[in-house]
Amino acid sequence: MKPKNQRLVLVSAAIVAVLIAVLLAMWGLRDKASYFYTPADLAAAKADDHKSIRLGGMVERGSLKRDPDGVTVRFNVTDGKALTAVTYRGILPDLFREGSGVVAEGRVTSMGYVGNGKVWPSGRLFTADTILAKHDERYMPPELGNLAAEHKAGKTLEK
Amino acid sequence: MIAEAGLAALWLAAGLAAFQFILMIGALRSEVGLVRPMRSVAVVQGVLTIIAFAMLLLVFATTDLSVALVYENSHSAKPFIYKVAGTWGNHEGSMLLWVTILAAAGAWLAIFSKRTSERTLVAALGSQATLALGFYAFLLIASNPFARLNPAAPEGQGLNPLLQDPGLAFHPPTLYVGYVGLSIAFSLAVGALLTNQVDNKLAQAMRPWVLGAWIFLTLGITAGSYWAYYELGWGGWWFWDPVENASLMPWLAATALLHSINVLAARGALKAWTMMLAVIAFSMSMVGTFLVRSGVLTSVHAFAIDPERGTFLLALLAIYVGAAFILFALRGAMLKEGAPFELVSRETGLVINNLLLSVILVIVFVGTLYPLFVEALSGEKLSVGAPYFNSVAGPLALILAVLVGIGPLLAWRRDKRPLFKQLTIPALLGVTALVITFIVVPSMAILPRLGLMVATYLAGAAILPLIGRNPLRAPLATWGMVVAHFGIAVSLCGMAMNAAFTEERLGIARPGDRLNVGPWTVEFADVTPTAGKNWTALEGKLRATRGQGLVILKPQTRFYSDPPTTTNEAAIETFWNGQLYTVIGKSDENGGWQLRLWWKPFVTLIWAGGALIALGGALALAGRLWRLRRRRRQAEDWRQERYA
Repeated sequence: MKPKNQRLVLVSAAIVAVLIAVLLAMWGLRDKASYFYTPADLAAAKADDHKSIRLGGMVERGSLKRDPDGVTVRFNVTDGKALTAVTYRGILPDLFREGSGVVAEGRVTSMGYVGNGKVWPSGRLFTADTILAKHDERYMPPELGNLAAEHKAGKTLEK
Repeated sequence: MIAEAGLAALWLAAGLAAFQFILMIGALRSEVGLVRPMRSVAVVQGVLTIIAFAMLLLVFATTDLSVALVYENSHSAKPFIYKVAGTWGNHEGSMLLWVTILAAAGAWLAIFSKRTSERTLVAALGSQATLALGFYAFLLIASNPFARLNPAAPEGQGLNPLLQDPGLAFHPPTLYVGYVGLSIAFSLAVGALLTNQVDNKLAQAMRPWVLGAWIFLTLGITAGSYWAYYELGWGGWWFWDPVENASLMPWLAATALLHSINVLAARGALKAWTMMLAVIAFSMSMVGTFLVRSGVLTSVHAFAIDPERGTFLLALLAIYVGAAFILFALRGAMLKEGAPFELVSRETGLVINNLLLSVILVIVFVGTLYPLFVEALSGEKLSVGAPYFNSVAGPLALILAVLVGIGPLLAWRRDKRPLFKQLTIPALLGVTALVITFIVVPSMAILPRLGLMVATYLAGAAILPLIGRNPLRAPLATWGMVVAHFGIAVSLCGMAMNAAFTEERLGIARPGDRLNVGPWTVEFADVTPTAGKNWTALEGKLRATRGQGLVILKPQTRFYSDPPTTTNEAAIETFWNGQLYTVIGKSDENGGWQLRLWWKPFVTLIWAGGALIALGGALALAGRLWRLRRRRRQAEDWRQERYA
């Protein structure tokens, strides 16, 4: 191959590679684009059941309950507009607290859940595989920008 | 006074860096040889920055609470090692460490560079100083580490307990040496483009720097992965967290550069390509620094939430990357391509390696930055996680691993030998592994199954370059390649085993209760209080046994008072065939404790493979440096003989 042609081939190969990469990335992102949901989104039935998603919000105060098996917990996540009931089997991260921000990975598994004689307002149950709250105490999920500010304001009031 | 001395040293270093920039312009516009003043100023600049960093170390070691940074991030009751390591466990300190390594690398280049032409060296040192100048400005204007606190505080606020771990002493400096070591490759490329002297000599001068930086990046990423694995208590070893991706992206680019630079050094080909990669590799380091240090992502490492800093870093990034790309566009097209090669050749193999690594890099890059773009454009918040990265980058990585076994068998320029004969045995090994997985575990996920197959094949294929010759007489560089490629197989095997065979048990246990996980029976003995220098803890005692032998594990829940935080300290026991990973949670009213147990067969192979990959790099580097020294000695002997 002549050097000039060789360069042409190389340049086109590089361009094609980058194009392929971008196409692959877009293909990969097409259904991950909507990956993060708030309780209000779930209440509006924006997420399909059984699809792997992230749920973010604040843990409602007084909602944390533990099942008799000792390792399953139930709590509500709120974004100020709606509530989502969450169940999680596992050890809660250290920084998980009522009234704090939380991001849970999992899926919406069923309609309606009756606990302690009441139906959860959103009518949906979120089964979490992972709870992401293990960061420093200043941590706030980046997806919860506004809520974080409100939370901070609330905190200063409490003081 | 110490803090003021540090600040003064930093200002002086910034002044010298600006002077170097002027020197570079002067040298480029005239024919004057400015290499001697350039070398000396670069050395002094490096020394001054090291002094500034030493001063910061000193105020942290002595917990000088009149320095704001110490007050915010340290505490007098902290163990000494974390006082010292705490120097870089915060935004300002880590940026100072960053620029210290940058300036020290410049000084090192100034002292030891023998093979680069003088004009290129002057331009490269000027470029290195220009890089440093921007980051000095960032420190002095937007994040002064030496700012005083008046009046001095009675006590510091302490360091995040997650960071109070030996990992902190080792992981960030290693990673930074890797990140910033790539700056020399960047500066040499910029220098050579400025002086139009891109040739195989430049590649030979650049290669040890790329190799060195790459070794440290590999070690840093491996160590960081293990640190996250045992410290976070999730039992995972890679989370596709943006901060992790920030270190992976420069590694991918450096790996591509490492391979293409061999083509340039050996054959004089792929000039523009290699220069481009040298620019991209360090640009990725800067992107990583921007992501971690600007506060644009909030995660474990990103403590800084300050728009001023973010904008400043983004501006630096845009200026440096933009300038380098413009230079490349102006000069890259003028580069003459070196020796041509045929379609089937070592060169083509390395080009394919580079293309695949670049594709993976773009995929990681897009996945990491996409949420930021979407948020900036529409305000919509979303996150991209493991499902995206695993499903898109995973298969490509497997294809790359298959090709890793083939590339080294190809001859330079043109290969006419039949390849597939040599690969028969490795291919058979891979197929056998695949068949075994179908027999033993019919219900395995597809990616781990293919991973096991490719790992087995690659373990065989990687050592082929040593077969058919006397392995002891093979060059160290060949040994390095073989070890590194074998390391990929080892690591891949660990990842696949961990994904396919990990067993988890979660339960509540009272003293005397037993839980089973994998081959293990774990008896929960009791819980006792214990304490360290700045924490108290509840420590569980677990007796684990599988048939014979007894292992005691002691996972803890720790309470730190400054700042008030609880952490879970996992207890991990390593065996030849895996790790038993235990975490203790909270207690209930009936005296039961939450226990989370994992049996992770062969998980350690992941990091052992990483260490092998770095070792391969070290062997190759040692081989190259040794050969250079010998050559230089021979030249000297020859000269002495001649003039004797």
